[in-house]
Amino acid sequence: MNPLRIYAIAYLIFLYAPILLLPVFAFNDGQIIAFPLQGFSTRWFAELWTLSALHDAVGNSLMIAVCSAIFATVLGICAARAGARHKWPLKGPMLSFIMLPLVLPEIIVAVSLLIVFVQVLGLGLSNWTIIAAHTLICMPFSIAILNGAFGNLDPSMEEAAMDLGETRWGAFRKVTLPLVVPGIISSLLISFTISLDEFIIAFFLSGANPTMPVYIWGMLRFPAQLPAVMALGTILVTLSICLLVIAEYFRRRGLARAGLKDTGGFL
Amino acid sequence: MTDLITLKGVNKYYGDYHALRDIDLTIRQGEFFSLLGPSGCGKTTLLRTIAGFEEVTDGTLHIDGKSMKRVPANHRPTNMVFQSYAIFPHLSVAENVGFGLRKDKRLKSEKDKLIAEALEMVGLGGYGGRAAHALSGGQRQRVALARALILKPKVLLLDEPLSALDKKMREQMQVELIKLQREVGITFILVTHDQEEALVMSDRIAVMFEGRIVQMDEPEVLYRRPKDRQVAGFIGLMNFLEGKAGSHVNRAAAAPTKPAPIEVAQQGFLNRLRSQVGLAKPEPKRISHYQSGVEVEVAGLGKALVPADQIKAELHGKPCVVGIRPETLAILFEGETTDRRVTEGVVDEVVYYGDMTYYDVRIAGVEKPLTISMKNLIGRPVLEVGAKTRVAWDERALVCLAP
Repeated sequence: MNPLRIYAIAYLIFLYAPILLLPVFAFNDGQIIAFPLQGFSTRWFAELWTLSALHDAVGNSLMIAVCSAIFATVLGICAARAGARHKWPLKGPMLSFIMLPLVLPEIIVAVSLLIVFVQVLGLGLSNWTIIAAHTLICMPFSIAILNGAFGNLDPSMEEAAMDLGETRWGAFRKVTLPLVVPGIISSLLISFTISLDEFIIAFFLSGANPTMPVYIWGMLRFPAQLPAVMALGTILVTLSICLLVIAEYFRRRGLARAGLKDTGGFL
Repeated sequence: MTDLITLKGVNKYYGDYHALRDIDLTIRQGEFFSLLGPSGCGKTTLLRTIAGFEEVTDGTLHIDGKSMKRVPANHRPTNMVFQSYAIFPHLSVAENVGFGLRKDKRLKSEKDKLIAEALEMVGLGGYGGRAAHALSGGQRQRVALARALILKPKVLLLDEPLSALDKKMREQMQVELIKLQREVGITFILVTHDQEEALVMSDRIAVMFEGRIVQMDEPEVLYRRPKDRQVAGFIGLMNFLEGKAGSHVNRAAAAPTKPAPIEVAQQGFLNRLRSQVGLAKPEPKRISHYQSGVEVEVAGLGKALVPADQIKAELHGKPCVVGIRPETLAILFEGETTDRRVTEGVVDEVVYYGDMTYYDVRIAGVEKPLTISMKNLIGRPVLEVGAKTRVAWDERALVCLAP
C-alpha cells in the first residue's frame, strides 16, 4: 500500500477515533468508561432528561448561540457588502483586522474581555457578555462565508434593478438579498454551531448561569455522571454534523443558483 | 428631429482624475448615437452619467427638457443594457423582463401580454418560463434588451452590449439592433470601442479620447474627413504621409480641366442612336476634380490640390500630415490603365484575406510602406513580395491634418 495512503488513514483515525468512542460509551450499559463493553442501553440518554440544571444550561446556550449567530451575521452582511462594493482608505488592513479573532488564542480574547467588561466598563457578567464575545469570534467565519456570497455578485445587478425603477433599498432587497440568502443561512448555522460548543470564553465570562459546555465540564468531576456526558456529547456531535452539512448545502445551492463556480468553503 | 438630450459644459472628476472634460453634446429624438473611443476614454462614464449612476462635477444635463440634477436613476426616462447584461439569475426570463413593471398598477394579464410582446420582439417568444441563468450569451442579451424596452424609455443606453458575443453573433445582433431601433423609434445611445460597429450602426458618432469629445459626425463624414490624426488612426486604416501645404492655386485659370468630350463616333452605333433619340444613360454622378485649392506637397506622391475649406487656415504654409485610406489607393496590374495619377512601388508585404488582399507597398521618398487594399476580382493575380508595381492614387482621397 502506498505509504501516503497509510499516513492518511492513520491521520483520520487519530482525528476521529476519540469522537467515535463517544457513542460507543454512551450506549454502554456500565458506569465505568472502559472496555470490555457491558451491553446496550439507552439509560444514559434517559438520565439526561432528569438533570434540570443541564436543561437550564442548554437553554442558556441556545439563547446565546441564536443571538450571537444573528448579530455576527448581520454585522457580517454589512462588512461583506461594504467590502465588495466600496473603496475607502485603509480598506485592506481594516478588513484583515476584522478577521483577526480567527487566529487569536481564545484564552487571550477571554481574559481581555473579562477585564474590559468587569474592570473597565463595570458590567456584571451575564449571558449578554457571552453573546458579545461570541459575536466577536463568530464574525470572521460569518464574513468569510458572506464575502464569497457578495463577491460573486455582479455589481451591475443592483444598478440594473435601480435602472428598472427600484430604490436603492428595493434593489438590495429584491435582487441582492435573494441571491445571498444561501450565504446568510450558511453563516447563521456556522456561527450558531461555533457559539454553542465554545467553552473557554463562556467559562470566563459566564455569570451565575453556566452554558452547556461549562456545565459539562463541571459534570466531569463526578465519575458517576460521565456516561451521561458521553450521551450528551453524542447528541452534540450529531447535531453539529447535521448543521454543518445543511450550511454547506445552502452555500453550494447559492452558488448553483447564481450560476457560479465553487471557490471554497468550509466543507 | 427635436433635441432629446443636452449636455453643457459637463466635467467629471474622480478625486484628481479628470474623467470627462467639457462635454457639450446634443442628441436628437430617435437618433442612433454612438460614443466611440479606446478603453478609459470616458465613454462609459458619460453613459453612466446620462443613466444617473454618476453625478456630474459641474455642467448641466437635460433629458427631454428637464434638468437631471439630483434625479436618481430610477426616476430618469432612461433604461440601460449593461455590458454584463446583469440578468437576475434567481428569476425566470419572464420575471426578468417584467421586473420594471412591478410598480405598475396595471392588471397581471395585461402585464403578461406586454412581457410576451417584448420577448417576441427580441426573438425569444415562448422563452418566458425558462430559468434566466440557463440562457446563452446571445439570449441573455436579448432578455436584457426586452427588459429595458418594455418600459418604453425615451432613451435606451447600451454599454458595449455586443462585446461578449462571438464575431458571427455580433454581426447578426448589429443588424437586429438597427432594425429594432427603427421599429421602436427610441433614441439609442451605444458605447463601443469597436469602430466598425459604430460605423455600421450609428446615425452619428462622437469619438472620445481622454475624456474629451474629439469629433462628432455622421459615420461617412467621420471616415472620410477625420478632423485630426488621432481620429483618423482610430477609425479604419489610414496611411500617413508627410506633407507641406503651399499656396492657393486655381487650375481653371491655368488650363482647361474639363476632360475633352469623347467623340460620339467613338461610342459605337447603338449609343450614338440612343443619344440622338434622348435615351442615353445618364452619366454616373462623380465627385468632380478640384478646380482650385491649396497646393500640398505630399512625400512620395508629389503635388496635389486640397480644397481650401478642407484644410485648416493655420496649416497654410506649414508642414502637415496627409492621410490616405488603403481602399482609395489601387495597385495597377499588368495591362491596366487609369486616368488617375500613378507612382512606382515595390511590394513589401502581402496579407491575403480571401475577399481582399492587403499590400504594403514601398514607394520612393516614404519611410513607411503604404497599405493598399484590393478586392480579389476574377482574373486578378495576388502579387508576391518584391514585385514591382504601379500605384494609382487620387488627390480627392487625401485628408490634410495637423501633425
